[in-house]
Amino acid sequence: MLILRTFVLGIKSLLLHPMRSALTVLGIFIGVASVIWLLAIGEGISQEAQRQIEGLGADNIIVRSIKPLNPPAGGSNSFILAYGLLRSDYDKLISTIPTIKSAIPIREIRREIRFRDRVVDGRLVGSVPEYAEVTQLQVDRGHFITDAEVKLQDPHCVLSKEVAEKLFPFEDPIGRRIYILDHLDYYQVVGVLKHRDATAAVGGSLSAQDFSKDVYVPISTMRRRIGDTIVVRRSGSREGQTVELDQITLRINSIANVMKTARLVKTSLSHHDETGDTAVVIPKELLDQARNTRLMFMVFMGVIAGISLLVGGIGIMNIMLATVTERTREIGIRRAIGANRADIVRQFLAETIVLSGVGGFIGIAAGYLCKPSVLLLRYVLESYAPQMIANLPDVVRNVVPIIVPVSIPLAFGIAVVIGVLFGLYPAYRAAQMDPIEALRHE
Amino acid sequence: MNNPGFAASDSNSGNGSTNVALKLEDLQKDYFLKGETVHALNGVTFEVPEGDFLSIMGPSGSGKSTLLNLVGCLDRPTGGKLYMGPDDVSQMSDNQLSQIRATRIGFVFQSFNLIPQLTLVENIEVPLYYQGKLSRTSRKHCEEMADLVGLGDRLNHRPAQLSGGQQQRAAIARSLVNDPFFVLADEPTGNLDTKTTEEILHLFGDLNKAGKTIVMVTHEDEVAAFTRRVIRLRDGLMEFDRKNDSFGSAYGHGRADLTAPDQPTSPAATSPAATSPDSPAPPAAEEP
Repeated sequence: MLILRTFVLGIKSLLLHPMRSALTVLGIFIGVASVIWLLAIGEGISQEAQRQIEGLGADNIIVRSIKPLNPPAGGSNSFILAYGLLRSDYDKLISTIPTIKSAIPIREIRREIRFRDRVVDGRLVGSVPEYAEVTQLQVDRGHFITDAEVKLQDPHCVLSKEVAEKLFPFEDPIGRRIYILDHLDYYQVVGVLKHRDATAAVGGSLSAQDFSKDVYVPISTMRRRIGDTIVVRRSGSREGQTVELDQITLRINSIANVMKTARLVKTSLSHHDETGDTAVVIPKELLDQARNTRLMFMVFMGVIAGISLLVGGIGIMNIMLATVTERTREIGIRRAIGANRADIVRQFLAETIVLSGVGGFIGIAAGYLCKPSVLLLRYVLESYAPQMIANLPDVVRNVVPIIVPVSIPLAFGIAVVIGVLFGLYPAYRAAQMDPIEALRHE
Repeated sequence: MNNPGFAASDSNSGNGSTNVALKLEDLQKDYFLKGETVHALNGVTFEVPEGDFLSIMGPSGSGKSTLLNLVGCLDRPTGGKLYMGPDDVSQMSDNQLSQIRATRIGFVFQSFNLIPQLTLVENIEVPLYYQGKLSRTSRKHCEEMADLVGLGDRLNHRPAQLSGGQQQRAAIARSLVNDPFFVLADEPTGNLDTKTTEEILHLFGDLNKAGKTIVMVTHEDEVAAFTRRVIRLRDGLMEFDRKNDSFGSAYGHGRADLTAPDQPTSPAATSPAATSPDSPAPPAAEEP
């Protein structure tokens, strides 16, 4: 009852100066809203990054072939460069390291893929049935490459959803044959996949893997029909390269063994060190890094938001000090008719708590608007400044803020604590006034 | 619920044999300014029995304000004793003094000192709030107090919407709401014009007749003439303490019977005596 009266009185006093009170509330409002916003955006970004990394598989180790930056001297216009992982490496890894559950060899070639007059600039991926499992591909219709097809080197292929939609907008692709011009070769479609999100572009050695242009064929078929050497025609020159395998994805028997196995893999591939044409990517490591980065990011955001709350708090203190001076006489009257010091402290503290509490509530409301506002802002930018959006990094373009549940009570709690902390001094000043002096004050 | 407005206030001091509302024993107050001691009050002794109507007079520098502050428990004496009813308050802590102010003293100020953001009835309620005595009936009690001073129809006005006289009446209602041992009025008519001054003084007179103890600090002889007893200070000492011979004539020519408190003091019933026509009270806002 009394507490309620104190707060009602505080609200009345604050409403005497609505503009001043509103501006004071604004400081806290911005602080609280920014805590929620920054944490939500940070959480959105880091969850996106984490999801992408997890797409690589935490219990995998990926070994990639890298084209050497400075190819050995030669300079002939038809020079054929040989580099990268060899099938012997694959055999060596799988036969010498016991913690490797299985190894998936992968060969990738960019090629134009045709059906009738429709053309897709796609990527021919030669692999084995387990590839679908490791990269979490899901079959929509038909089936993925089978062991039998690998063994028989069948000219069969599986299309990604996007490729299928482009090449076969009207027909059922299953049973049709796609044509690859460069090799004058046909492949029969045996399956179509569901959509698969791109994985993270983490580490210099592994670019973001976009599955939307993929056409999967048995790796044995690819070796027989296309071979290891491919030729890229450029204006006036031809460039050839011989690569046996572009990537080997190693599946480790348990996550605990990942780091250990990675060291062994690096050791057994050490003969590539001289040329530097291979790289070992450990998603688990990236994941750990991403978690650390996320933590740092959160702390950083928290500090920024904390500073804005601090500024809001100083604003409150400033206003309350002015209020106390302005209401010296009222304090004198109240003291004379029976208020003790604690009553005066309570009165002014109630006002700061009302100010910061109101700021907190509005701030939380604004915090909940974070996701719609970000989406709206992106929509507006996409509509009016598509260039600008295109130049932004992936994570910024795709981020969807996720409100961290704990940030709501946290931000509100901090706001009220700041209200109390910064309100204490003005309230104390008010209470310490000599009632005689205060009464005499004009 | 009794009606504390006009009820005899002897219930307050019923715990002691004394019937004294206020007692000063050799009360002293020294100020220390830049190493120099100023004796503002040099040992003042007097008692105020319950039901008294006392005015304290004196030129500026006489220690009048100091005495007011001490008697109002806003300050502590440096010597002597000060009794509020049975208790010596001279050595009390700040919190205890606040409690004394809340329960035993009703303040009336020269400049009314109502709280601007509160309505009239809320202003009257404030002392109850600090006593922790707010209840569902207290609002009604406050309305009765407002009625008593003739402001029953202005309950929800803010001080700025009231004339000086009305504000002072509200202040008087506020001073009475906690049923204090005595009302301490500091130049209560200093900001009022002659006519309003008389009304306020009559209100005090009515309250006194109903048993309220009133201590009034003033520098105007005309105002002091309304009171039963006058104490004059000079240089921190009591110059005289005498019964006011003109008390009867200044006040109470067939005044309305106070058993009917609902009748507000009527401006028509002003007493012609004692108050000199050329009262120096500055013209304040006229009552509508």
